[in-house]
Amino acid sequence: MHPMATPGPGPEAQYRAFLQEGRFMIQRSASSGKHVFYPRVAAPVTGAADLEWVEASGLGTVYSITVNRSRAGNYNIALVELDEGPRLMTRIEGVETAAIGTRVKGRIADIDGELAMVFDVVAGGGAS
Amino acid sequence: MSGTSLRGKTAIVGIGGAGWGEAPGRSAMELLGEASLAAIADAGLELKDIDGLCAATSTHAFPTLSVAEYLGIKPSFFEGTNVGGSSFEMHLLQAAMALEAGICNAVLVCYGSNQRTAGGKLVSMSEPQWHESPYKPRHPITAYALAAQRHMHEFGTTREMLADIAVSARQWANMNPAAFERGPLTREDVLNARMVSDPLTTRDCCLVTDGGAACVMVRADRAKSLKQKPAYVLGVGGAHSHRSIAQMADLTRTVAAESGPRAFAMAGLKPSDCDLVMLYDAFTITTLLFLEDLGFCPKGEGGRFVQDGTIAPGGKLAVNTSGGGLSCVHPGMYGLFLIVEAVMQIRGQAGERQLDTCDVAICHGNGGTLSSQVTALLGSGATL
Repeated sequence: MHPMATPGPGPEAQYRAFLQEGRFMIQRSASSGKHVFYPRVAAPVTGAADLEWVEASGLGTVYSITVNRSRAGNYNIALVELDEGPRLMTRIEGVETAAIGTRVKGRIADIDGELAMVFDVVAGGGAS
Repeated sequence: MSGTSLRGKTAIVGIGGAGWGEAPGRSAMELLGEASLAAIADAGLELKDIDGLCAATSTHAFPTLSVAEYLGIKPSFFEGTNVGGSSFEMHLLQAAMALEAGICNAVLVCYGSNQRTAGGKLVSMSEPQWHESPYKPRHPITAYALAAQRHMHEFGTTREMLADIAVSARQWANMNPAAFERGPLTREDVLNARMVSDPLTTRDCCLVTDGGAACVMVRADRAKSLKQKPAYVLGVGGAHSHRSIAQMADLTRTVAAESGPRAFAMAGLKPSDCDLVMLYDAFTITTLLFLEDLGFCPKGEGGRFVQDGTIAPGGKLAVNTSGGGLSCVHPGMYGLFLIVEAVMQIRGQAGERQLDTCDVAICHGNGGTLSSQVTALLGSGATL
């Protein structure tokens, strides 16, 4: 056994570096073809260490959404299912809320100094 | 491989509580300590008899070390698994295995929190998930609101149906002198309460209280000679599904659908055998999900099932007779409080809310954000 550090940054740091370059990258397992998000060192369930980075389409559908309400203001928190399959937590920008099933497209935003994916409603992309 | 050899081999012989509601000026450990000593006395045992310890809190990194030092005990078995509010149902399984294996002879399971008077907010050691934190989710409510929205979307569940769960819990609480929130509560009160996270209002949310709880377990042969009528541990099963709500495969299906069958298989029982159903009601939606996932009604029908007083006093199914986390007590991690109520009902000590028959009780603990599910079945001597 040689438990030496694998050279270079891990998947989380690589993901953040891609965002800095303006790219929304997710992982895909070469053996199963399944996409993975959030980034990991191996594919969940199979454990296959054959994850490769691929550019996500950025397109997805609102799986669920809530509006957090407080004296400080209201903002939504959504789960978006990417067309590639994985789900992520995010925010739907420009609307108070959106119906489940609404088509959305992602973009990189600066949230309090941190780059993260947010989503906009696709024109004509109301819930089906 | 369902663990049937553990069925009825151990029993809860002591229960205790302390500071339910508001306990100003008392620390979490003080409430835990008072509840523990009450449970040991209730069993007719002494502190020196305790040689097994299970504990999990929201404020102690090494809970068994802290509790053992505070009480001055030296356990030969200790178990600090922390899966949030479901920890204590899992502790029953760990304690049953340790007792049956002869590693110890009397196990204390304990919890305490002063979160209401210490700040009025849920205290949690739960670390933020890096891929969620930019969006500022306010867990746990954000996660449960997302699940509720999805359930409403898929099955036509309405806010009124969720409100009926809170109303039923309050009606039980009104028969429980230990319940923190008592008094009338209508469907309209729930619907018109302040919206916190769509579709959940403040009245869809559990209380934030102080409180300690504890129970003592021994082997069944010894239980018979102790002070109280034993509540036998008939079956326990657990399951994990996710850590982050974004990773939950289906927001309308929890792995209570796995933990429940494991517990029922160990106990040789089925949902229709249960006289009392104690479900972790952190929010109204959790009661609904667990009624479905544990097999008390079909998937998607929970909302229609709870309408018209089905789970209220006098209804078809006795659910959360203490008033639950919604109206009785909820000091952060509520799982042990389910067990205390079930034992009271099995003993026949529940006063005005006592069920006519309570031989089998199911206690279902939930931890994280619908993440960890642990089901425990307790029974009277009639079930052996």
